[in-house]
Amino acid sequence: MTQDFRLAKGGRIDREKPLRFLFDGHAYDGFAGDTLASALLANGIHLVARSFKYHRPRGIYGLGVEEPNALVETGIGAAIEPNARATTVELSDGLIANSQNRWPSLRFDLGAVADLASPLLSAGFYYKTFMGPGNAWKLYEWMIRRAAGVGRAPEQPDPDRYEHSFAHCDVLVVGAGPAGLAAALAAGRAGARVMLVDEQVEPGGQLLNTAYTINGRPATDWVADATAELDRMDEVRRLQRTLALGVYDHGYVACVERAVPVPEGRTRWRERMWHVRAKEIVVASGAIERPLIHDGNDRPGTMLASAARAYANRYGVAVGKRAVVFANNDDAYRTALDLADSGIEVAGILDLRHDLTGAMPALAREKGLRVLAGHAVVGTRGRTRLKAVEAAPVDDPSNRQIIECDLLAVSGGWNPALHLYAHAGGKASYDAALAAFVPGSSPERMTVAGSAAGEFALAHCLSGGARAGVEAAKRAGFSATQPALVLEAPEPNADTRVGPLSAPNRGGKRFIDLHNDVTEKDLRLAAQEGYRSVEHAKRYTTMGMGPDQGKTGNILGLNVLSDALGQAVPQVGTTTFRPPYHPVSFGALAGREVHDLFLPTRKTPMDSWHEENGALFEPVGQWRRAKAYPKPGESLHAAAEREVKAARESVGLFDASTLGKIDVRGPGAAQFLDRIYCNTFSTLKPGNARYGLMLGEDGMVKDDGVTARLGPDHFHLTTTTGGAASVYVWLEDWLQTEWLDLEVYLTSVTEQWAVATLSGPKARQVLGPLTDVDLSTAAFPFMAFREGRVANIPARIFRVSFSGDLSYEINVPARHGLALWQALMESGRPHGITPYGTEALHILRAEKGYIVVGHETDGTITPHDLGYGGMVSTKKDFLGRRSLGRAGMTGPDRKHLVGLLSKDPARVLPMGAQILERPTEARPAPMIGHVSSSYMSPTMKRGIAMALIKNGRERLGQTVYLPLLDGPTVAAEIVSPVFYDPENARRDG
Amino acid sequence: MKRYSFVQLLRNAIGLGDGWQQAWRSPEPKPSYDVVIVGGGGHGLATAYYLAKNHGVRNVAVLEKGWIGGGNTGRNTTVVRSNYLWDESAAIYEHSLKLWEGLTQELNFNVMFSQRNLVMLAHTEHEMIEASRRVHANRLNGIDAEIWSREQTLAFIPILNKSMNIRYPVMGGSAQPRAGIARHDAVAWGFARGADALGVDIIQNCEVIGVRREGSRIVGLDTTRGAIDAKKVAFVAAGHSSVLASLAGFRLPIESHPLQAMVSEPIKPVLDTVVMSGAVHAYVSQSDKGELVMGAGIDAFNSYAQRGSLPILEDLASAMVELFPIVSRLKILRSWGGIVDVCPDASPIIGRTPVDGLFINCGWGTGGFKATPGSGWVLADTIANDRPHALAAPFSMERFASGRLIDEHGAAAVAH
Ligand SMILES: Cc1cc2nc3c(=O)[nH]c(=O)nc-3n(C[C@H](O)[C@H](O)[C@H](O)COP(=O)(O)OP(=O)(O)OC[C@H]3O[C@@H](n4cnc5c(N)ncnc54)[C@H](O)[C@@H]3O)c2cc1C
Repeated sequence: MTQDFRLAKGGRIDREKPLRFLFDGHAYDGFAGDTLASALLANGIHLVARSFKYHRPRGIYGLGVEEPNALVETGIGAAIEPNARATTVELSDGLIANSQNRWPSLRFDLGAVADLASPLLSAGFYYKTFMGPGNAWKLYEWMIRRAAGVGRAPEQPDPDRYEHSFAHCDVLVVGAGPAGLAAALAAGRAGARVMLVDEQVEPGGQLLNTAYTINGRPATDWVADATAELDRMDEVRRLQRTLALGVYDHGYVACVERAVPVPEGRTRWRERMWHVRAKEIVVASGAIERPLIHDGNDRPGTMLASAARAYANRYGVAVGKRAVVFANNDDAYRTALDLADSGIEVAGILDLRHDLTGAMPALAREKGLRVLAGHAVVGTRGRTRLKAVEAAPVDDPSNRQIIECDLLAVSGGWNPALHLYAHAGGKASYDAALAAFVPGSSPERMTVAGSAAGEFALAHCLSGGARAGVEAAKRAGFSATQPALVLEAPEPNADTRVGPLSAPNRGGKRFIDLHNDVTEKDLRLAAQEGYRSVEHAKRYTTMGMGPDQGKTGNILGLNVLSDALGQAVPQVGTTTFRPPYHPVSFGALAGREVHDLFLPTRKTPMDSWHEENGALFEPVGQWRRAKAYPKPGESLHAAAEREVKAARESVGLFDASTLGKIDVRGPGAAQFLDRIYCNTFSTLKPGNARYGLMLGEDGMVKDDGVTARLGPDHFHLTTTTGGAASVYVWLEDWLQTEWLDLEVYLTSVTEQWAVATLSGPKARQVLGPLTDVDLSTAAFPFMAFREGRVANIPARIFRVSFSGDLSYEINVPARHGLALWQALMESGRPHGITPYGTEALHILRAEKGYIVVGHETDGTITPHDLGYGGMVSTKKDFLGRRSLGRAGMTGPDRKHLVGLLSKDPARVLPMGAQILERPTEARPAPMIGHVSSSYMSPTMKRGIAMALIKNGRERLGQTVYLPLLDGPTVAAEIVSPVFYDPENARRDG
Repeated sequence: MKRYSFVQLLRNAIGLGDGWQQAWRSPEPKPSYDVVIVGGGGHGLATAYYLAKNHGVRNVAVLEKGWIGGGNTGRNTTVVRSNYLWDESAAIYEHSLKLWEGLTQELNFNVMFSQRNLVMLAHTEHEMIEASRRVHANRLNGIDAEIWSREQTLAFIPILNKSMNIRYPVMGGSAQPRAGIARHDAVAWGFARGADALGVDIIQNCEVIGVRREGSRIVGLDTTRGAIDAKKVAFVAAGHSSVLASLAGFRLPIESHPLQAMVSEPIKPVLDTVVMSGAVHAYVSQSDKGELVMGAGIDAFNSYAQRGSLPILEDLASAMVELFPIVSRLKILRSWGGIVDVCPDASPIIGRTPVDGLFINCGWGTGGFKATPGSGWVLADTIANDRPHALAAPFSMERFASGRLIDEHGAAAVAH
């Protein structure tokens, strides 16, 4: 289709590069440099969407991120993007776009019946109905959800990639309009490291949209010069297509950069998040034009005045053939003049103000334009496209005249874009002359410049920007003198005051929030019903809660509320701006931390061996651990049983590298550990190891592990696999914030040591030939630690046991882990050495009655509960001690760790099953405990379980009952938790 | 109070109605009240409502420093469930859930309690065991709870990541069919309207800045709108409880942290239930407007400023993409933070304080929205009778001295 509405000349599009695209299945042409919106408009397409609630036909309304109407779907299949703003989508060849939320078609949408029912669907109607009978809401909700949503999600995973980048700078300038460019130039010349981010494809901001002059030349020439100068500065980084989303504490600004579209479709990354840490931030984010409230203000063909002129000036598009401009301010006259200059017939300028004293109306009249002071639009005609407006004097609204037109360009003045300012904690103040909020005092590290600061004249934007740049650089430590930026931008002497925001009401629909279909009437109803706070009114009506977040409508709404409540606007208040400034994709926020990099799997140095030898893995914390090594055809259970048997009868080998390890050094180390553990470590002799329990401040077991004393001031502390990081942070926390008296240094060495555990009666025979360490019980007893060489690798050997059999934990530098493992396997071959995984480990330790933190503890279990009361020192202070003394920490209500044997030996009680005293109980039933660990024990040849039961140690021999989910209630006997070798003969021998 | 109904709506639509009245009045504070509730969140308003409704105590004011519901009540992700591990918690949350089930009718205000089921995913064997423990306990407490297999879970939530080849594949989960979400603002407004109709004064823009005592007894409050006498006072101020307690001269074992949430742009429904995942750390539901409503983990630092840090949101976004790969190209519309009041055992404090006549209800932290009606109910009863309601008794402040904690940390990695 030909571009009927493309002007013969002008605009910044590249007419040499035609692009073809599809909208709702029809092919259209545009040019490189177009947005989807400008290309659609060039083809005379205004109707692009349906509104959310009433499904009213809607057209392109704005120019950029403020767009409330033109939400479309782009892409196909997995590359669908719902709710893309046609005004920000860069046109590319082959682009596919579709309208959304209509059925069967955009022109004929059945959903529009909602419009007929609109009197019923007033603000908050859903709070007042759909209440019954009974649970009927379920049904109503089912129906409401048919109508929910705007766009649709893709059905496949995203084929694209997103990046995160990090940057530091002295001065971050947000916005490359006149103020931002001037600020960046000034700061750059001062020598500061500057970042200039701008959401548009090219720099210039409003200078691209309106024909201004700077220093006697077209403003765009100045933009080109300024940009070239910035690009020559080594310390300046300029990012276009980059939107600042949010400002966080301490000069932290999040920005998202869009990739330049490529013809082949896929770019290396689609979006990139910039995390910028700036010493100073200059917010030159411009201002957003707002419309006016009038009857029928949503017809396609109605548009912000500044957008209409930008489409003409920047994109060479005539948005209509015959325009009416409706305004309350001087700036809108530029639109009228520019439209007229580009050959669009301007049928009239309706100005709500009575006295037009500024230079602009005079200029318009000089050019022969018809200016109607004190006039308003009081109605519009046309359905899917504007056909005419009804104009009338403000003072005599029924005295209407019909003005035929296909474009209504509206302007109610400008709102400074204060979002970023507000994120940083800035408190805006209301400027009644501008009818807008302007920045009040500056938050730390931030300056607002240009029209974002309410400075709408170009000369002021330029000078204000330059000043902000100089000062920001100075505060960042750069005070180099430099030639001041001298920029002349003469403009007609415009009246800066804006008139009323509202046309006389003739009973038509007057939309405030176009996307959510919130009308003036809705807001008045909210006020009437007592939703007086602006936040209440907003939530009650949903004003400003749609995808555009009220960028164009909120101030109008505030004025309506102010009128309805008889309060001044500042008293009504403003709603808070929350990040992001403009919606940002999940993908961009997530960056590369998805898929394989979501939470990288930690692997031990021996992992490759496990993998080659058929290990079945399970995630434990961030690690993957071998759960078992099933032989071909062998089940997990059978494998674990075989592995347990080997470890009991001959020898097993276990990869314990994932255990947390912390190197503790310093003159205060022993005392530190005494405070950390409930048992004593200062008495531990170098060369020995001790099992320790760490408690939280609440006296509950937090973590456990063996810690060895390597020297007087040097310990090797181990933690559980899952607790490694949190214990390390916990220890540092105490050292750094509470115990400044202790000189102790902690180093996490989890990754530095690989650990192989030999366990079983033949362990000594396997290790002996490989080491120079004397392994005899006399020389190297249980709970001792020795340094030596194993397989010619320097090693730390701990004689500790988590299986209940003779066992050595051999630590070697991580890079030798695999070699150690292979050497042990080799040495163990004659003894039938069997690698075992975590499943067998759990069975072995449960047979022996050893606890696992997280199974037998859950943050509510004390050492006494576990039967480890003997470990709790009464001689020293330690974390949790005071809490242990509280009344509720002892007595018959405490749960004790016990063993549990099902009456049926073949049954493995499910872990987590709850325990009752009697087989049948009414609900809620009094539970006395639960099964914490439970396995089929190959050694005991029956199911065994550990349980936490109220007063359990006093109940040994009693029968208790476990009602299973969807199953029978089974009986079990309470026994000691130690099933295997209670005398410790095998462990210590 | 003029009742809401479809007929009313219709009459007003066709111009036969006599207009809508104020949902609640905005009166000037009286010089004195029998009971003053400080904090116009859901809990405070519910307390006032039940004081008037159940106990006939109607000379009551609710003082709110900003606008009612503007604290965590209006900022939360509205998950309502009762499948808590410990008996004490299960009892109070289940009491609350039962109230939720009739709340719309009770208040004649549609709070849109949507019992759409809630699935807590399990991604590891350990999480399956934890789920088993909780479900076993829930059943014995008379709470509907189920263990779900991987297949069942994936069939119910089609957009879940089905791959086994990911860090945390879905192994199954636990579900509570009666759980769901509700419309947060409506809860505040519905209780306010109900309380107002029974004579309660709801006073907004009224910050409490001082506590007046005679001996060990509270006798009134200083507010930004003047002094107000009170026979009894209850602090129901969530994240700012510690500030109020210090005005009254005692300390609370509470830390205040930012907790953030965010919503996506509206999209056609893809998720008709509530999903929580501990290992991947996200919880999400889709509103009836089509927005995905998601909650993050708490920011580790203490703060009273209602905003959090960016990395938390980035983590949430990657968790979402990991759980639901189709969301990657959707966009996040808005994020915000609330200040949550966290007790060391992640359970609330309800009951008396060291100051006579002063009651407190706080510490609900990241998960108190679901408790709103139940908490109001038991606190009202506690205030009216000057002794803890049976369901509130275990949650007294004394538990930190006695050590009889109700530690819900282990019970749900995501505590909402
Ligand atoms: C992001 C987020 C997500 C959450 N998600 C869930 C969820 O999914 N499910 C769930 O059950 N819970 C959730 N919660 C927790 C839940 O929101 C709260 O526990 C609950 O809403 C608390 O209600 P409240 O009435 O006690 O507090 P609030 O609603 O915070 O009310 C306290 C009120 O006290 C006022 N106040 C404070 N100081 C003073 C003073 N000096 N004078 C007068 N007034 C004062 C405040 O302004 C405030 O309005 C979430 C919380 C957050 C922040």
